Amino acid sequence: MKDIFKIREVWLAIVIAAMIGAITLRSPSFASPINLGQIFNDTSILIILALGQMSVILTRSIDLSMAANLCFTGMVVAMLNASHPGIPIFVLIIVAMFVGLILGAINGALVWKVGIPPIVVTLGTLTIYRGSTFVISGGKWVNADKMSPEFINFQRVDIFGIPVLSLTAILVVIVFQVFLTRTPLGRSIFAIGVNPTAAVYTGINGGRTKFVAFCMSGLLAGLAGYLWISRYVIASVEVANGYELNIIAACVIGGISIAGGIGSVGGAVLGSLFLGIISNALPVINISPFWQMAISGSAIIFAIVLNARSERKQGRIILKKAETA
Amino acid sequence: MNKPVQPSSAVTTEHCFTLSGISKSFPGVKALSDVSLALYPGQVTALIGENGAGKSTLVKILTGIYQPDAGEISVNGTPVVLSTAQEAFKLGIAAIHQETVLFDDLTVGENIYLGHAPRNKVGLLDLKAMHGAARVVLDKMHASHIDTYARLRDLGIANKHLVAVARAMSIDSKIVVMDEPTAALSAKEIGELYELIEFLKSEGKAILFISHKFDEIYRIADRYTVFRDGALVGAGLLRDTTQNEIIKLMVGRPVDHIFPSRKANIGMSVLSVSELSHPTEFEDISFELHKGEILGFYGLVGAGRSEVMHALFGITKTSGGKISLEGVPLKITSPAEAINAGIVYVPEERGRQGVVIGLPIFMNVSLPSLDRTSKSNVLRLKEEFDLARTYTERLDLRASSLSQDVGTLSGGNQQKIVIAKWLATSPKVIILDEPTKGIDIGSKAAVHEFMAELVAEGLSVIMVSSELPEVLGMADRIVVMRSGKIEEIFENKNLSPETLVKAAAGILQ
Repeated sequence: MKDIFKIREVWLAIVIAAMIGAITLRSPSFASPINLGQIFNDTSILIILALGQMSVILTRSIDLSMAANLCFTGMVVAMLNASHPGIPIFVLIIVAMFVGLILGAINGALVWKVGIPPIVVTLGTLTIYRGSTFVISGGKWVNADKMSPEFINFQRVDIFGIPVLSLTAILVVIVFQVFLTRTPLGRSIFAIGVNPTAAVYTGINGGRTKFVAFCMSGLLAGLAGYLWISRYVIASVEVANGYELNIIAACVIGGISIAGGIGSVGGAVLGSLFLGIISNALPVINISPFWQMAISGSAIIFAIVLNARSERKQGRIILKKAETA
Repeated sequence: MNKPVQPSSAVTTEHCFTLSGISKSFPGVKALSDVSLALYPGQVTALIGENGAGKSTLVKILTGIYQPDAGEISVNGTPVVLSTAQEAFKLGIAAIHQETVLFDDLTVGENIYLGHAPRNKVGLLDLKAMHGAARVVLDKMHASHIDTYARLRDLGIANKHLVAVARAMSIDSKIVVMDEPTAALSAKEIGELYELIEFLKSEGKAILFISHKFDEIYRIADRYTVFRDGALVGAGLLRDTTQNEIIKLMVGRPVDHIFPSRKANIGMSVLSVSELSHPTEFEDISFELHKGEILGFYGLVGAGRSEVMHALFGITKTSGGKISLEGVPLKITSPAEAINAGIVYVPEERGRQGVVIGLPIFMNVSLPSLDRTSKSNVLRLKEEFDLARTYTERLDLRASSLSQDVGTLSGGNQQKIVIAKWLATSPKVIILDEPTKGIDIGSKAAVHEFMAELVAEGLSVIMVSSELPEVLGMADRIVVMRSGKIEEIFENKNLSPETLVKAAAGILQ
């Protein structure tokens, strides 16, 4: 199983490298370390969101409300910052993660305790969270001039030459890798996705595991809420409208099976980078941004075809000698 | 020997449908070997056999779901090939299953004519003609109370059976296969079903009736065919035989498998269950399980044995009763609680409920023991491998590496992994539900030997099994269940298979 993962990720890495190579032919500065670092920084928020989404998808669920959660928590911290500029930035970040966690827990509780299918729950809360953003803001925007310089600049601070935004993404990647592969809860998430019935017969609480996954995605959406608002320095009801589809696309391109149980942190990161590179590169090589949608759409279908191939069941091994071979 | 016994004084000797020399194998299991069967117009033939005798496989061959490896099927003397379910249906073979396989959200008329509905001039479905024709068919069957526009969902099971029969009638089927049609019916509905069967007989249909219940068989069947271990062991007219002779045919088998001999060393009571009940599945279940004992649970499929085990393992909620383990009362509401208390369950459906296919062997084994193999919530892969190695070696697992996906292993080896995973939790009571179902002879013997070893070490085992030799060969005591209740608890001493079969069928005097 590990081998298949590796092959899949290597494939995606090769495609990405080839893309960078092709673009560099037309625009030599594209492959410069500074530019690539810039692209990574641009993609950081998507990477964080994709990891949250991934933990949900692994349990055979989906979270459509992540972008709405991001929009709501972003508005909350922006308004807090505008009204109380004295609140330290790290407190605001904790508030964002906490609010996001609550919204994720609402999704998870509805799935776990009420037994509503995740796609229906999050389709509902998507609208509710975005609507609530309108309610708390009264439909008004929070602009850059109302935000404190600390609020805006924190993620742009360089540590060892790397912006805090990129560092945050790297930290989340490391934490998630450890969480999913090295904790009992992470193992449960995979087991629930691969074979929910057998997992229950093994004593794993499927509902609770899904609940935890939704809490994760909510927490990361909350974190991304602060990062997004401080990066684009505007908080409004329209923030990240429709972005949930990009998040899911990053997961699918990264080889995370929508049927649950299969996927890796590396895949989610590469899937996000793929989309990040396309959106950064197309203007550079003078291709209309409208092509961007067509290209990412094709990439999704291509990724699904690749995944379907590798997920195809091998025949049963009946011969004794083949089994021990 | 495996030729059908020709009836001495036949009602009609002209058969309309024959199977001859049919064989079918699955990996590791020979489901049918060289069986023959004839059906006669206007007569009901009962197909009788223990669980696993090959009845379901035969039904699947008749209805085009399985292809036989060898043998010939002919309708009215013409050889046919039933390559799909659609084809079998078109050739006039209709099947009514225990649970109807119709479409709940379509109307009665649509269900009857699905696939062969009348069309109008432009090729669209002619709904009016379809419901009209459905009306005619239902009226002919004296089922005028069923509205052809009703959604199937709103009908009871008996009426659904009527719709399934009407579907068969709508294409003028010659052969109707009924696979335990009364299993889910009430007494009144069963009466209606008998009337329907009489009607089908009067219409000249040949009926194959599969049932475990002797009273039913004697009530409606004309002929019998007995299968045992996938082979035909007897056939003829029911009026020429007795119930006891049929039971002898069902169970009288040569010993083909040696069970480990062991000296039972039975200690104090470990698990005590009293008056355990469930609203719909079982009631008043009381038994004791002792240290070092193998307690067998025998009964027909659907007698409620697995349901009781699910309750002991916390998968099904009970409505009353007490469970205590080593004298301590237990309240089990989830599998996690059962596992913590020391009760583990090896489920019947290995692929769906047992192993997590897609995860490697070592992860399957360590899954319920992650608390012990991890340290402050961080998994330690080395510990997991060590655990998996220890227990899979004990079970003599054949695999190239512990990182291999369990999906690539044979059924017998998958079963060993499920058992290994539970042993690793150091349980007190291990429940094995049909532990050797569908696994090859070699793995079967290994599982049996291992069970003997476990009880010798002081573990207590509950073994649910529908295989008489296994129950008689392994168990110290045998609980026989019937219709959700305990019929009888036997000491396994000089116990005859006939006694068990009679107890399971509720005809033990």
